[in-house]
Amino acid sequence: MSNESSRPKRMTSRGLKPAGTRRQFLGGTLAAVAGALVTGCGKEGMEEFLQHNFRELSKDELNQVIARLEKEAERTYGKKIRIGNEPPMQGVIYGYALDLSRCIGCRRCVHACVKENNPSRDPQIQWIRVLQMEKEKGVDLEAADAYYNPEEVPQEGHFYMPVQCQQCKNPPCVKVCPVGATWKEPDGITVIDYNWCIGCRYCMAACPYGARHFNWGEPTLPTEDVNPETHYLGNRPRPKGVVEKCTFCIQRTRKGLYPACVEICPTGSRKFGNLADPKSEIRYILENKRVFVFKGELNTQPKFFYFYGV
Amino acid sequence: METLRLFRHFTVDSLGLLFKGDKYYFAWIGFLLLLIAAGGVAYSGQIRDGLIVTHMRDQVSWGFYIGNFTFLVGVAAAAIMLVIPAYVYHWGPIKEITLLGELLAVSALVMCLGFVLVDIGRVDRFWHIIPMIGRLNLPSSLLAWDVLALNGYLLLNWTVVTYLLYCSYTGKEYNKSIVIPLVLSSIPMAVSIHTVTAFLYNGLAARPFWNSAILAPRFLASAFCSGPAILLVLLQILRKTTRLQVKDEAIFKVAELMAYTMGFNLLLTVAEVFKEFYSNTEHLVYIKYLFFGLKGHNGLVPFAWASVITGAAAFFLFLIPKTRTNWVTLNIGCVLIYASVYIEKGMALIIPGLTPDVLGDIYVYRPSITEVLVAAGIFALGFLVFTLMLKIAVPIMLGEFTSSKANPQ
Repeated sequence: MSNESSRPKRMTSRGLKPAGTRRQFLGGTLAAVAGALVTGCGKEGMEEFLQHNFRELSKDELNQVIARLEKEAERTYGKKIRIGNEPPMQGVIYGYALDLSRCIGCRRCVHACVKENNPSRDPQIQWIRVLQMEKEKGVDLEAADAYYNPEEVPQEGHFYMPVQCQQCKNPPCVKVCPVGATWKEPDGITVIDYNWCIGCRYCMAACPYGARHFNWGEPTLPTEDVNPETHYLGNRPRPKGVVEKCTFCIQRTRKGLYPACVEICPTGSRKFGNLADPKSEIRYILENKRVFVFKGELNTQPKFFYFYGV
Repeated sequence: METLRLFRHFTVDSLGLLFKGDKYYFAWIGFLLLLIAAGGVAYSGQIRDGLIVTHMRDQVSWGFYIGNFTFLVGVAAAAIMLVIPAYVYHWGPIKEITLLGELLAVSALVMCLGFVLVDIGRVDRFWHIIPMIGRLNLPSSLLAWDVLALNGYLLLNWTVVTYLLYCSYTGKEYNKSIVIPLVLSSIPMAVSIHTVTAFLYNGLAARPFWNSAILAPRFLASAFCSGPAILLVLLQILRKTTRLQVKDEAIFKVAELMAYTMGFNLLLTVAEVFKEFYSNTEHLVYIKYLFFGLKGHNGLVPFAWASVITGAAAFFLFLIPKTRTNWVTLNIGCVLIYASVYIEKGMALIIPGLTPDVLGDIYVYRPSITEVLVAAGIFALGFLVFTLMLKIAVPIMLGEFTSSKANPQ
């Protein structure tokens, strides 16, 4: 559990530790009253209600929270689930590159992502949207079709542009969140604390890529579809009324694995690696291919790049 | 101690007033309570099933609730702006007009906060946005600033109203060195709540329809049309039904000022429309969706044009002195401008901001029955708050209800 050692250090460096006892006291009293009214269901409901932002939890508190969430998830989904909290790796900033000349629009990435990340099946949530575009028009959103459904792909005269969270260096979604429920981790991944999000959806209005999705109803996830290997900031099952998004499969990538969408892609269009490592494949692509970022004029500075491999 | 005792009397006596009235009063209260109950039932369904019972979805993630919120922030802001001409022109019932403006602002803010509350997905986590208790993301989130501005404004107006009424009730002259700075500071705060609300949209580069530098001025201009419209009608009703004296001249002066703000509002709209259509960039799609529809989806079109036409008609009714000083045409003008701004700062602001969505998808949004019922409930709550406050404030303002009269011994 190397992650445990780095947690307290990270918290003090962000200056969040001295949250103040008055605040806790005030919060405690008021919240206890309201919590009893809102949840009305004993100790666990109260604990969940009173839970603080992920970045303010001590090691012990986080372990308690995780234990409670694991228990809850087991009860809900009839399956044991592990909720990890692996920290960022030192010296790693994740980068992604997608080869538009190779992508055939098969949407295998969409389905691999769903299988990996435990989103609600009904109402359906998918973190990757593949846009079918006309070659004649280039990247033109007015002519884009996300609902294409032919017998066979690729379609003559078309190309395909998968869009997911671009893990911006300058993320507008983080800036607007009124409660700091979403933030950028040191390895460049923008994450959400599903237990702190109030569901105001301001981040969805701010995101230029449609990367954020809201749990409009109670998420449903059949037991056999549950992926039990999860991360607190990633693919653990989500509650109703909160926002969720792609995390570059934080539960995998922080263990050195590729994101599910990279692994599944049958054409090798998807490339992933460490931007901080000059010898990585992602750096080779950035230095040698014709690369662009989506909506670059907005200065979001994505760490998700599109390129033409051939 | 004496003050505390008096204040207790003030509170008890005031509450007692609420239970006295004719049958129309109780019918009106009953009607509002019925609407609130209907809204409550609809809202409990939303709590149970989630926001899926609305017609908002990922593409159009804000809708009717936030539209009404935005409109009502304007009403709350503009209510106070009437205080300025009241001071500048030294109108007789200056205290009364200030009070009415503040009561309207308080009621509008109650509705604003109501609409924000019903729009959030996790109302059980509302404490996360309470200053000092939760974790406000300052200074970067405009929504966090809006929470501060709206609650501060509510508190300020509430304090002034209570203090003024309390003084009238006890028959003491109010302390000018307290009231005047507070009332004067409520004016820039009124501007700030609407500016911050405009910036909330304005700052989103992802939404070109909102990302316009004149959005905040447009918000203010339109608010100074709709807010006074409500007060004009209200002043007429109150001077008919109570002994409150409001000179015709004061009403016509407000109407004249409204003509200027309406003209300015139209000018700003024209500036926006010109820029979009003449430059004809890819950002044109949003305003096209609003006024002409896109790919056969034209549900918003009649509303958009209705807003323009009623806005222009009201402008002419207020501009021409003859129609401005005729009670019939004046009141028609008030209704028209109210309707125009309600559309413009409600649905015609939110929906085209989000349609087509950031990836070009067109999701046709129309509020669901739940949204309409919940909204009706919140409006009814606002009207109820306003009615009850008037019920106490008017007799106190007129000197009909004071400490000595309520407690003759």
